[in-house]
Amino acid sequence: MGFKAKRLSRLVLGPMLLFMSAIALATGGEASSVNMTPGVTELGRQIYDLHMIILWICIIIGVLVFGVMFYSIIFHRKSRGVTPATFHESTTVEIAWTVVPFFILIAMAVPATTTLLTLYDTDDAELDILITGYQWKWKYEYLNEEGENVSFFSNLSTPQGEVYNDEAKGEYYLLEVDEPLVLPVNTKVRFLVTANDVIHSWWVPSLAVKKDAIPGFINETWARPTEQGIYRGQCSELCGKSHGFMPIVVNVVSKEEYGQWLAAKQTEASDVKQLTSQDFTLDELMVRGESVYDMSCLACHGANGEGGVGNAIAGSSVATGDINTHLEIGINGVPGTAMQAFGGQLSDVDMAAVITYQRNAFGNNMGETLQPIDVYNYKEG
Amino acid sequence: MGDHHHGPAKGLTRWLFTTNHKDIGTMYLWFSFAMFLLGGFFAMIIRAELFQPGMQLIEPAFFNQMTTLHGLIMVFGAIMPSFVGLANWLIPMMIGAPDMALPRMNNWSFWILPPAFLLLASTLFMEGGAPAAGWTFYAPLSTTYAGPSVTYFIFCIHVLGLSSIMGSINIIATVMNMRAPGMTYMKMPLFVWTWLITAFLLVAVMPVLAGAVTMMLMDVHFGTSFFSAAGGGDPVLFQHIFWFFGHPEVYIIILPAFGVVSQIIPAFSRKPLFGYDSMVYATASIAFLSFIVWAHHMYTVGMPVAGELFFMYATMLIAVPTGVKVFNWISTMWRGALSFETPMLFSIGFIILFTIGGFTGLMLSIAPADFQYHDSYFVVAHFHYVMVAGAVFSMTAAIYFWLPKWCGRMYNETMGKTHFWISFIGFNLAFFPQHFVGLAGMPRRIPDYALQFADFNMMSSIGAFIYGASQILFLYNVIATIVAGDPVSDEKVWDGAEGLEWTLPTPAPYHTFETPPLVR
Repeated sequence: MGFKAKRLSRLVLGPMLLFMSAIALATGGEASSVNMTPGVTELGRQIYDLHMIILWICIIIGVLVFGVMFYSIIFHRKSRGVTPATFHESTTVEIAWTVVPFFILIAMAVPATTTLLTLYDTDDAELDILITGYQWKWKYEYLNEEGENVSFFSNLSTPQGEVYNDEAKGEYYLLEVDEPLVLPVNTKVRFLVTANDVIHSWWVPSLAVKKDAIPGFINETWARPTEQGIYRGQCSELCGKSHGFMPIVVNVVSKEEYGQWLAAKQTEASDVKQLTSQDFTLDELMVRGESVYDMSCLACHGANGEGGVGNAIAGSSVATGDINTHLEIGINGVPGTAMQAFGGQLSDVDMAAVITYQRNAFGNNMGETLQPIDVYNYKEG
Repeated sequence: MGDHHHGPAKGLTRWLFTTNHKDIGTMYLWFSFAMFLLGGFFAMIIRAELFQPGMQLIEPAFFNQMTTLHGLIMVFGAIMPSFVGLANWLIPMMIGAPDMALPRMNNWSFWILPPAFLLLASTLFMEGGAPAAGWTFYAPLSTTYAGPSVTYFIFCIHVLGLSSIMGSINIIATVMNMRAPGMTYMKMPLFVWTWLITAFLLVAVMPVLAGAVTMMLMDVHFGTSFFSAAGGGDPVLFQHIFWFFGHPEVYIIILPAFGVVSQIIPAFSRKPLFGYDSMVYATASIAFLSFIVWAHHMYTVGMPVAGELFFMYATMLIAVPTGVKVFNWISTMWRGALSFETPMLFSIGFIILFTIGGFTGLMLSIAPADFQYHDSYFVVAHFHYVMVAGAVFSMTAAIYFWLPKWCGRMYNETMGKTHFWISFIGFNLAFFPQHFVGLAGMPRRIPDYALQFADFNMMSSIGAFIYGASQILFLYNVIATIVAGDPVSDEKVWDGAEGLEWTLPTPAPYHTFETPPLVR
């Protein structure tokens, strides 16, 4: 019967040993495929150390407890002809194994408490960024006391072809975006996290940041990355159909580079503002409108306006009816449905372009244009 | 047996109108096994989609429906009713009672279950599909942003709650009033004790869940804003209410499992349970603590740091009574005369895997570290170690342990042991790698994943298929036993088994303990 015990112990200890050796391997490197990453922040390293301490305490207790159990399984077998003992209590032992774990827990609670207090300390941030979760993309807004806020959306950039296996998958499959969040290195950044529709959660393991984005409330968290590089994360709270397709990419750059980037974004923003007062031709609007459509409308309304989650646009009564009704829906959405209010998401130029595009593409051929200034005037009432 | 003793009625009416605790127990067990297979089938679809990166078989929206229904059906349809079935069969036999205290209500609490689940499953064929907001159905994804199926789902939850509350009241009434003379509380088998405490938990928290879904119903149909900030409500309020139910709920699932293991380990160790008193106190402490730790499921929602610390300390404390239980089981085995029949194998598997789940639970309780674990696959691995290797393994052990007593036939031991080893290997292959991908950053509830998670996900899927397939062997073994197993007539069935149920004839007659036994 001895071989059975051996088999049992091998199969049970196997996974544990695998786990332990995996951890041992992981402690050497940076990002690991089997363990938590210490990341690139001081707080991340503290959390990682805490995680490893607790893990080792658990492993040691596990080895002791399972050790006793397997000793019993191997040596106290009926097949070895043992006579069972009859004891069924021992006050001393029972008090000991109630009190000792209690003290181990206190020993764990001390570093956990200090780390938690650090994690909650959002004071003295040098930069504030408002993060808003949308179904299914992130909006980043750099809050700036002097002058314009810089804000933009960050969408998944992995092509549908890769998702549906028509194309080979790239290295950063599902973890790449059209426009990453850019942060200066060695700067304490405070993230103000909220959501526009349902609850999302902003998680970047390497920054040791995870905070739920709750519609109607603003949560605070922070990070101070100490190394330049690109760090990737994902939405971690179920937020509907494309929950798995709203990644986060953070590009940590030198302070200099960050300054240049920010200045460029500010110029870009004022350029777009200027465009609002310009007149565009139908062709110009159609070209711009198509790219806006592909980014903001296609997921629900289909590549050919055929509809899907949303109504069809091809031949729809909205896209071929009164232009103001069409614009109203674009700006304010349809409450109670998946149609979002895009008024705050798209610039006036993009809104004018995409409305024009919808009215002239997919066989709608209304032949009319909507100018950015019309959008501006509509919004101003 | 005299002439006035009658057996079961014939045909369908036996099952429809029965008030017999054994019949009702049997129906609960078969129903829950059917739900286990259905929920398992959904899990197979999930794992098949996750076998490789990329979308292969199903669409993301349907994937969310599968994870949601898998969770709901496993928790409310498979695990909870299975333990109620076990309670129905065993509690009267263990305390020397002729039946449950409220037999007609017992019938009703079972028979409202199948329509409730039919309603839930039917949403799959509705326009917009089944509920897809996860088994935790956080608002506003489950309210404002949900499809029409949410109303059906809410009604289903109400009916399940009704069933659970009636079942629990029945168990409480039975245990308090129908114990045989001499069966004092501190002589009750531990399975009865754990169920008594579980029943109190159920009566306390099922109404809370009913409140939560009623508030959802109001938000969806009657224009209230309990969970919408736009109208003065708060989406986080939903989570507080849900987890005030949800945390006791996980103990509702695991406490009866503790009870089962506490019956089986002594039987195959041929030695009395070590620390009976402390087992009872530990169970009660766990039940108490379960009410003051709910927010550890929500460390990342933005609670004040003081609240965060309170919930962290309270959660860590649970390790103490849980540890006591594990130490007691191992001390029961210590210097016993062990043998390893299938129920014992599943019980030992339970202790090992549940303890691993307990360790990861302790890790998750550490709030700052949880900011990295939360909503990752590490959590998925953790709760499958406690739910599957905990509750389901112990339930499986219970079936192998008591089935011969119930039907007077012995299951095929070789097949049982094979079932254990395939389950054990399949389970660990499925869920152990999920710790790794979770720590490495894979969020839960995603239908597709980045390439660095591919290898472990493939392992996980293979393991899940193995574990799933092993249940077919289980089903076959149980049916073969009932139909054509070797007859057993020994009252005790197992030489080390102790308790009143083993003093009855084998197979247990339709009516038992019409005259209460005397317990010394």
